[in-house]
Amino acid sequence: MSVGEIQVAIKSDQDIVSARQKGRLMASEMGFSSGDATLIATAISELARNIVSYAHKGQITLKMVNGTNRQGISVIATDNGPGIPDIRQALRDGFSTSGSLGLGLPGVRRLMDEFEITSQPGRGTTVAVKKWRQ
Amino acid sequence: MEVPILKQGAVLIATFQAALSDADLNQLRMGLVQQVVKFRSRAVIVDVTAMDVMDSFASRTLREIAHMIRLRGADTVIVGIQPEVAFAMVQLGLTLEGVATALDLEEGLAYLNEKFKTTN
Repeated sequence: MSVGEIQVAIKSDQDIVSARQKGRLMASEMGFSSGDATLIATAISELARNIVSYAHKGQITLKMVNGTNRQGISVIATDNGPGIPDIRQALRDGFSTSGSLGLGLPGVRRLMDEFEITSQPGRGTTVAVKKWRQ
Repeated sequence: MEVPILKQGAVLIATFQAALSDADLNQLRMGLVQQVVKFRSRAVIVDVTAMDVMDSFASRTLREIAHMIRLRGADTVIVGIQPEVAFAMVQLGLTLEGVATALDLEEGLAYLNEKFKTTN
């Protein structure tokens, strides 16, 4: 394993592509199946898109993580954007304030194994997700 | 990265690359509809075989393309959605309702040929 942690600055739609490509590569190198690598890359794409749409800039950190007897990939999306006033509402299917499909967060939760979100209005949002290797 | 659009008789074929940005997709949406008008095309095949990620934006753009082309009186067929991409789309909650899909380019052309026959 060559790289344990990768950071990708997100500030344009090009960075969305670059973040998901890096995530897929890392997942493949870690031995994730191609199907799981696709789920991870899709989740990264959605998280990066949320950053571009709502906060304009932020960062995605990809990390290899070790569980008790398993290995996984952690994806952390952070921004200092407007934050989410009502997280429960944002996690409901069909909710969106940017004219998107509103599938971003609940969809990402379904794609990954673990999902955590913290957000402070006016301060920013952090979404941390993990997928364990089968 | 621009999406190449091929003209094959009355059908336009747009072939997606793996690393399409939102801007590329937006450009394709306009480009395709303009070409449908210019060539009086009867159908468009969008080949997404090379796409390794179909997120909410990409699938919404595909749906919009199909609906715009329908308003022009032409058909759209999306071909080549990879099994893993299909799985991820379903998990994410994305659908391509009301948009025709086919296994690959060949099947897509066959579908359109059948359709042209019955409308002639």
